[in-house]
Amino acid sequence: MAREPLPPTNTHPPRRIRVGDGPLARVLLIGTVLLVTALVLVAPLLAIFAEAFRHGMGAYAASFSAPDTQYAIGLTLFTALIVVPINVGFGIAAAWCIAKFRFTGRNLLVAMVELPFSISPIIAGVAYLFVYGAQGLLGPWLAEHDIKIMFAVPAIILASLFVTAPFVARELIPLMIAQGTEEEEAAVTLGAGGWRILRLVTLPNVRFALLYGAALCNARVMGEFGAVSVVAGNIRGQTNTLPLQIELLYQDNNAVAAFAVATLLTLVALVTLVAKAIIERLDAARVKAQGKPGH
Amino acid sequence: MNRVIPGLPLSLGITVLYLSLIVLLPLGALVWQALDVGWERYLAIMSGARTMAAFRITLSTAALATLFNCIYGLALAWVLVRYEFPGKRYLDALVDVPFALPTAVAGLALSALFAKNGWFGGPLAQIGIEVAYTPLGIAMAMAFTSIPFVVRTVQPVLEDLAADVEEAAATLGASDLRIFARIIFPAILPAFLTGASLGFARSLGEFGAIIFIAGNLPLKTEVVSLLTFIRIEEYDYPAAAAIAATLLGFAFVMLFLVNMIQLWQQRRIGTGD
Repeated sequence: MAREPLPPTNTHPPRRIRVGDGPLARVLLIGTVLLVTALVLVAPLLAIFAEAFRHGMGAYAASFSAPDTQYAIGLTLFTALIVVPINVGFGIAAAWCIAKFRFTGRNLLVAMVELPFSISPIIAGVAYLFVYGAQGLLGPWLAEHDIKIMFAVPAIILASLFVTAPFVARELIPLMIAQGTEEEEAAVTLGAGGWRILRLVTLPNVRFALLYGAALCNARVMGEFGAVSVVAGNIRGQTNTLPLQIELLYQDNNAVAAFAVATLLTLVALVTLVAKAIIERLDAARVKAQGKPGH
Repeated sequence: MNRVIPGLPLSLGITVLYLSLIVLLPLGALVWQALDVGWERYLAIMSGARTMAAFRITLSTAALATLFNCIYGLALAWVLVRYEFPGKRYLDALVDVPFALPTAVAGLALSALFAKNGWFGGPLAQIGIEVAYTPLGIAMAMAFTSIPFVVRTVQPVLEDLAADVEEAAATLGASDLRIFARIIFPAILPAFLTGASLGFARSLGEFGAIIFIAGNLPLKTEVVSLLTFIRIEEYDYPAAAAIAATLLGFAFVMLFLVNMIQLWQQRRIGTGD
């Protein structure tokens, strides 16, 4: 008499038993999280567009014809155009020395690079006032030489530089540490100089992280509110960036215009997030193909 | 690490110089202004009813916001790591919305949602809950802007968690809740606390998202960052310096705490890697 075949559980590897894999826990957790996310993260995004288009397409479009708003768009773009390249340069320099070398005070330097993340933008604004304001550290000297920084465009740029200093560096440092120094050392042996190595070896390896850091930095510069509102002085048509213009329009009871301007910054944020998703997928594909992280 | 690769003096020089000019100089100026205030006057400013109220409101609403994010953030990280379901990629992308969206825009959106005729404000008013112009609104704004912290710190640790201990415990007959409490939660605790501390620190300094929804009434719904801003507008620089320096002190305490948690985690893992 033939023996009964063994039950399949003995021939296949044992089924994984993990916490929360039961159907009830699964459905409850996914359902609750999706519901809360819809209320907390999706609803605010939808509300911005719903309010902006409350009185139709015409009212929405008309919101952008006000000269103050157009000036704010220009000033915001101008600020980003200056701040982003500077902080990309700083991020590359900081990542180069922190990731490729060991020296005393290296950990302290990392902490300094990340410091602006932990500091309230209001503190940043107040701190800048105490440097460049009339009563500030350099105030008297600046007044003597008739240089205006506070309540003018230079202050907006300086405050934005502070707030977004860590963005590019923070994306590059962990990746450049993970990639090690072998390729750079090989390039040195082949006779390449520092700039050539940076341009042809290091930067191509981190190009996605660099792009993403720059995109985040850009979104934050365009949207910075707290630090800029302290140092800009809110002068209509002179020192109003887009976020300040939003507040001004809202206080003027011009809700549709405030939300219409807000849709511009929301689109910048959404494009940034889509870029991140694309970069992560490209990177995952590259890791699969080459077996090394390349962000 | 090596002495072959060129560029250390230049890159280190640029980094230190830039940080000194952009970060250290202003913070130094703030501390200098605060020290200039003098101890007695500092105490008088800080013990004023309005300042005390602002600190009390900020700390309590930040605690409430952090509590919300501890629960929601942990659940969100869990769902993203442990389950597969349609739309998961979009959920993962949505987590970063609060980092990418300007705080003023977030504040504006929340004020629209919680207004009396808003999507949430209307139904909530019918059951007697008011969010706009109350401390609850402040907590809401703080919670929104700090959602990503717990999720993004817990997520990678949860991903790296080995399945075998969990499976062994299950084979021995431990319940899901027991395994979570005894095995999984202790493993993610350092990351969880790091995320919660970072979120709390962020909430303490939040400004843009709050002022649209808080109503900004002194003693009732005025947060510390707003009070600092108001003192600046009143040209009361000593008060602004004292309050801002105190808030800066809080930020450093939180940073210190996060570093301690990370040291503890490294020691527990046993390797410095």
